[in-house]
Amino acid sequence: MSTETLLASLEVMHRIRATEETISRLRLSEDIVGSVHLCNGQEAIYTGAVRALDLSRDAVFPTYRGHGWAIACGVPPEAVLAELLGRESGISGGRGGSAYFTAPTYGMYGENSIVGAGAPIACGAALAGRFDGSGRVALASFGEGAMNQGAVHEAMNFAAAMTLPVIFLVENNTYSELTPTRNVVRNDQFFRRASAYGMAGVRFDGNDPDAVREAVADAVERCRSGVGPVLLEAMTQRIVGHYIGDVQHYRPAGELDAAIAAEPIGRAERMARAAGVGDQELAALRQRVADEVDRAAAAALAAPLADPATVEEHVYA
Amino acid sequence: MPEIIEKSLSYAESVNAALARALEERPETLLFGEDVAIPGGVFGVTKGLRRKFGDRVFDTPISESAILGGAVGSAMFGRRPIVEIMWADFALVAFDQIVNQAANVRYVSRGAVAAPLTVRTQQGNAPGACAQHSQSLEALFAHIPGIRVCMPTTNQDAYDLLLSSIWSDDPTIVIENRTLYHGAKQPVRIGGPVQEVGGVGLRRSGSDLTLVTWGAMQRRALAAAERAAAEGIDVEVIDARWIRPLDLDSILASVQRTGRLLVVHEAHTTGGVGAEVVSRVVESGVPLSSPPVRVGALETRIPAAVQLAARVLPGDEDILGAIRRVAHDVPAGRVEAMPVGAR
Ligand SMILES: Cc1ncc(C[n+]2csc(CCOP(=O)(O)OP(=O)(O)O)c2C)c(N)n1
Ligand SMILES: [Mg+2]
Repeated sequence: MSTETLLASLEVMHRIRATEETISRLRLSEDIVGSVHLCNGQEAIYTGAVRALDLSRDAVFPTYRGHGWAIACGVPPEAVLAELLGRESGISGGRGGSAYFTAPTYGMYGENSIVGAGAPIACGAALAGRFDGSGRVALASFGEGAMNQGAVHEAMNFAAAMTLPVIFLVENNTYSELTPTRNVVRNDQFFRRASAYGMAGVRFDGNDPDAVREAVADAVERCRSGVGPVLLEAMTQRIVGHYIGDVQHYRPAGELDAAIAAEPIGRAERMARAAGVGDQELAALRQRVADEVDRAAAAALAAPLADPATVEEHVYA
Repeated sequence: MPEIIEKSLSYAESVNAALARALEERPETLLFGEDVAIPGGVFGVTKGLRRKFGDRVFDTPISESAILGGAVGSAMFGRRPIVEIMWADFALVAFDQIVNQAANVRYVSRGAVAAPLTVRTQQGNAPGACAQHSQSLEALFAHIPGIRVCMPTTNQDAYDLLLSSIWSDDPTIVIENRTLYHGAKQPVRIGGPVQEVGGVGLRRSGSDLTLVTWGAMQRRALAAAERAAAEGIDVEVIDARWIRPLDLDSILASVQRTGRLLVVHEAHTTGGVGAEVVSRVVESGVPLSSPPVRVGALETRIPAAVQLAARVLPGDEDILGAIRRVAHDVPAGRVEAMPVGAR
């Protein structure tokens, strides 16, 4: 991977992290209210995957842990922050909030707060592509806990049986909320389930944006060439709680420290240094993105609240 | 039967006490669901039960169909499962197990088999919650013959109604509310006989108007009733905590005295349980001095932003306006024009 590409990925990951940290701050100050799920530690997945997609035609269906997907898809941090702040300028005008926003003009067809519900919908997006000539690939992303949801099993078989161009991307952070997922499955190598459906399955390092890009690019190629769906399993860890305020008492001693040591931003910076990029350049990149997100937060906070008079709009055609 | 003692408990602690008693007294009970055992529940409601009762309390995968189906099947074979569906919205991914399965077990076997299971769930909006985590779905459950539904709101009811549900030999949905879990502690009577299912709670006596409500919304209804009292309208507030079976007799007895009916719930008005209450009262022929009124959520999806959700869900002002309307028999839209205290 070229240094240029590495730095480009690093910039996106910084933008996601800085946005998440801003959200965390605004949640603690209660400018943002309600439940918020941050993706700190999982940024490489969104960054790498989006680089392998063509968002002018492809479609992404993430989960409630979706701020990072939105930013990677190109939604400006201001539109994400404004959404969480209930502003008119939010990407869904305050209707979606943290856990259910949708940015179709960016190829991001909605977070989903119902675990696994995006997977069958991605099948439909792929199905439509069969008739509209777009060559669309649909990517459904969800946690490994969602692999135990009936809708996900149905979607995988449906896509495989109909040879649909769907990428099922499992963000395996090893926890289903507060429960270690290995406690509720016999085999926690989720990519192995692919063969049961008759599709390809691959597990890879989800903290390396380039490994993610490569895996998703291969999957996209398989999908576009008509071979059908692929199951990808990106191994990662969240380095924050499931929700803000989660004290993570369920994590064994040392696990969080190890996760922080392996998190994707520090790792990409170490790689950049090894490739000869100076500390100063890395610090400048980080600062530039931090400033950009600070300005976004200030603009979002200054924007008018979404107008309650509009709540009955858009229910029907 | 344990002796009655009084303890100061939060709503969550009251639920926990009922679960502990059931697990203690009835060895056939099981308790399972997502995060309920080792983590003690995402709201901390089931804390300590795994440690105390071992394998009868366990964590499940994120598999609502298997959780509810597992409850139906184990209930058919002599267990008395208590399962948790973290949000009522999530029951929808496994609605089949309630509607097509649990509800039919007794009927189709002509009583040879039953499904004495309890589903604990919680519902409603809380600040910032999205459309998929905010719905009030009691009408969906209550529509189904064979299913029982209750909505405890006081800490005492959180204890009593859950025990009644567990002791009941029918599939019962207990709908709690996360905004109540960690509220103020109240004195709760623990122990004593387990009550039969059914009945209402009288939350405020009054002579001018019967306000029927249930769930967390009754806090707003009670606040509005106090404000109405200051205007000279004496509102009787009835908590219809058992949605199915609905205690129509108690509601009718009140309406008989007041001659006026208002129903307030957090769920959408169209097809809501309020429609059922109003129809039953009207069908009974009890004389009414003004047309009955329903107050529920607007007919739209529930937005995440707090100021937007506040418009959608019934607020104190909406309820007070409806009280005035029913009390003074004014048509909709003219409520604000009424002089305060006018009869
Ligand atoms: C159908 C359904 N069941 C339960 C939940 C509650 N819930 C929200 S997140 C979550 C854990 C999901 O774990 P995983 O799929 O691994 O994703 P992660 O949160 O780790 O990203 C659960 C159980 C839900 N939102 N939807
Ligand atoms: Mg997970």
